[in-house]
Amino acid sequence: MTSLEGGATAQQRERATTIFEKGAAGRRAFVAPELDVPQVEGLIPEGSRRAKAPLLPEVSEPEIVRHYVNLSKRNFDLDSGFYPLGSCTMKHNPRLHERVAALPGHARLHPLQDPRRAQGALELMFNLQEALAEIAGLPHVSLQPSAGSHGELAGVLLTRAYHADRGEQRTKVLTPDSAHGTNPATVTMGGYEVVKVALDTAGGVDLDDLRAKTDDQVACLMLTNPSTLGIFDPNVEQMASIVHEAGATLYYDGANLNAIMGYSRPGDMGFDIVHFNLHKTFTQPHGGGGPGAGPIAVSERIEPFLPRPQLVRRESSNGAAAPRYGLDHERPKSIGKLRGFQGNYGVFVRTYAYIRSLGAEGLKDVSEVAVLNANYLLARLREEVGEHLPLAFGERCMHEFVLTGAPLKKELGIRTLDLAKRLLDHGMHPPTVYFPLVVDEALLIEPTETETRETLDAFVDAIAAIVAEAAEDPEIARNAPYTTPVRRLDEAGAAKRPRVREAIEPEAG
Amino acid sequence: MSQYTAVTPEDLQVMLGAIGVGSIEELFSSIPQALRLQRDIDLPPGQPEQAVFAELRELASRNVSSEDEITFLGAGMYDHYVPAIVDMLITRSEFLTPYTPYQPEISQGGLQVMFEFQTAISELTGLPVSNASLYEGPSAVGAAAYLAKLSNKRTRHLVSRGVHPDSRETLQTLAAGYGTTSTEIGLDEGLTDLEALREALSDEIGAVIIQQPNFLGAIEDVEAIAAAAHEHGALVICAADPLTLGVLEAPGNQGADVVVGEGQTLGNRLDFGGPSFGFFAATEAHLRRMPGRIAGETTDADGRRGFVLTLQTREQHIRREKATSNICTSQALNALAGVIYLSWLGRRGIVEIGELMLQRTHYARETLAALDGVHKLHDRPVVREFALRLDAPVDRVLDRCAAAGINAGFALRRAYEEHPDGLLVAITEQRSRADIDRLADVLGEAVAAERTATEATV
Repeated sequence: MTSLEGGATAQQRERATTIFEKGAAGRRAFVAPELDVPQVEGLIPEGSRRAKAPLLPEVSEPEIVRHYVNLSKRNFDLDSGFYPLGSCTMKHNPRLHERVAALPGHARLHPLQDPRRAQGALELMFNLQEALAEIAGLPHVSLQPSAGSHGELAGVLLTRAYHADRGEQRTKVLTPDSAHGTNPATVTMGGYEVVKVALDTAGGVDLDDLRAKTDDQVACLMLTNPSTLGIFDPNVEQMASIVHEAGATLYYDGANLNAIMGYSRPGDMGFDIVHFNLHKTFTQPHGGGGPGAGPIAVSERIEPFLPRPQLVRRESSNGAAAPRYGLDHERPKSIGKLRGFQGNYGVFVRTYAYIRSLGAEGLKDVSEVAVLNANYLLARLREEVGEHLPLAFGERCMHEFVLTGAPLKKELGIRTLDLAKRLLDHGMHPPTVYFPLVVDEALLIEPTETETRETLDAFVDAIAAIVAEAAEDPEIARNAPYTTPVRRLDEAGAAKRPRVREAIEPEAG
Repeated sequence: MSQYTAVTPEDLQVMLGAIGVGSIEELFSSIPQALRLQRDIDLPPGQPEQAVFAELRELASRNVSSEDEITFLGAGMYDHYVPAIVDMLITRSEFLTPYTPYQPEISQGGLQVMFEFQTAISELTGLPVSNASLYEGPSAVGAAAYLAKLSNKRTRHLVSRGVHPDSRETLQTLAAGYGTTSTEIGLDEGLTDLEALREALSDEIGAVIIQQPNFLGAIEDVEAIAAAAHEHGALVICAADPLTLGVLEAPGNQGADVVVGEGQTLGNRLDFGGPSFGFFAATEAHLRRMPGRIAGETTDADGRRGFVLTLQTREQHIRREKATSNICTSQALNALAGVIYLSWLGRRGIVEIGELMLQRTHYARETLAALDGVHKLHDRPVVREFALRLDAPVDRVLDRCAAAGINAGFALRRAYEEHPDGLLVAITEQRSRADIDRLADVLGEAVAAERTATEATV
């Protein structure tokens, strides 16, 4: 049996046709508003007027709707099934957030509106900053960065500005072997050399190696805690003092904040700069790869360098009136802007709604259940398939854990990739695979707090079924999936002969 | 249990039993006592959904949005109509809730959207390759300058003062990291000063960065600028408003090597500045240096057409410190809104909407410049936006207009100190002739009133 119930429908398996292949000459969805002013010729200088209009589709509104609805059905999504993609925190996206973000007072507010007429937005942002500062245990926040990687870049540039202000020019940034790929890539863009720090046998940072590599040329140590191995590094305080004694900053990659809210705070661990992933911890829908937002929280000594503009609250001179919120552009030591305007406000609205819905107790519950679910799933998997898919490090985990598929490969002849592809036939999204790089045949599993015990059990059953099936016939998994709109795709071919756009006939249709 | 978690007391017992611990706290035992928060986080208690809705609605009510006034405010983001099908399609779970398409077999919808988006951007910009989007406009300009540095290793860039002030500042912020410097080329009567540019060019210049139309609404001669830059082997980076590219020549057809920009005008709402998307298109030679995600066409094991994320050896998760960028986000949902919008506009609509903006901009400019105390800041041809000079303090004039329900535009002094009483006025297809006439009445009265007030105090 290679197929499972619930396979792709006939529509899903049709040859893919793009919107550019649909329609016919003269079809349209847009009806232009009337030209209500006198028409004047020659308003665009010779040579600057477009000679040949761009070949956009010619389609009716019903065609557009059907095309994209059908395309949507060729996607797997979190609302349809389990999505334990490690390090991505695929938790439920409350629809209240979409409703409030769409209110015209938020959605149709112009970013350059006079601050006196955007007090609701500025107050929301200010309150969100206060909440994030409290969660991080650091006093100052900038909401501006657009994503985690953008927050990281902000952190590296802040570090550079901090040292420059002290008359220092440092050259290196340390990252552990288990770091997200964005960390080293960011370091390069920030103009520093990456120096890797080894892990100890428990999966934490090797303190001896850290000591050996920390000198007066080190600007920063970038760390995720819990790490990408799902382990809380208990030596973080010692790391902080090693790094701080050398005059460097300590940067916290907040990708894994979902594990510790209400239990521990990066600021209390000694971090100087923290980024949040509002699309991970705080339920901004992932949108197929974005948008997100990556606000940063920083310590007192980093504050002068924060991006502009910075939000300020001005108490009214007469006690009766409400405080006024404004944007401070006059920040002489600021690293400057990282992007246009004030950041991804639509994401802030959703995050704020989430924090107001849950409160302190609810956020702590989030982390508790995230860790409970992960440990339960780990225990059940060890019980069912522990021999073939053992835990890479330690005994327990925080909100996620890493299994190694090395024994599975050796004993049953299927790779982690095959296991992942066979999971697709079970109607589940696979975990993150082949990351972190320090684990052979890695599977990084993060169930999140919003899944039920029944879902976790069903995942264990699916993994156990695939392992049992592989013991009988490994070819099944090696050629999976079978029930999806397409089967395994030729990725090497795609990279070798890149076709990155549709070819369009000038007079198509 | 909160509203989004589901552990019953019975679940808890079963789960703790399976794990082999007595309590949830035990699971946190790897956190040293000294690092445990010894109190609750200091946040207000959680609220039921209806209370949170009410609070967020109340905050919204204290903003004056484009729904509440007739607005001519632009300067980088514009109040265009977003068709209903955009809202309907981008809120579908299948687009809203998945992540980056790491498993292409179950992500063909999203990957094909990226491929279609890349096609549309390529058509608009006149360049053969596009990525699947970046964060937003100004940081896309910064990403383009980094590509230029990777490409020709030169570290000096020239940037026109007609480029959006946020883009110029973002460029500076990011350049502090990757080690380029930029020199500003001033404006001559609203356009990038071609003479000054030619003088500043040398074989050490890695890139020339311009904007079309520029911040003052003027139509740049991209061809002349590109020719001058290419004589010295510098790349030409052009930030463009995609919604004007039905009537303005595609910068890629005029010699630009990289065309980037802010995509908000394509079916994305204002959202007080974001999220929207940035786009990034380039000549073929730069394909393997581009930042961000790229979707490519391929076939599956049965020979069926399909799409994958491609050229990933550029990217951070493979190349780590040797990656061409640290960006792993595409603004996929916003880019989806963009490609739906472009399909909705269609081949004729992109020209019609550009023509409408062109004509109404001309009408508005002539009508306003005819008012007493109101002058054109420059005479250059414009589309979608134009700059005025007032014989009255611009902030006070704006306040008077706001009191009459009109947002008259952007006070240029916020970004151009050389224009203390400059006003930048933006036109979209939502601003009718009647709206423009109303602006003329209100602005005329406001300027007159302020001039009287100023004379009275003298």
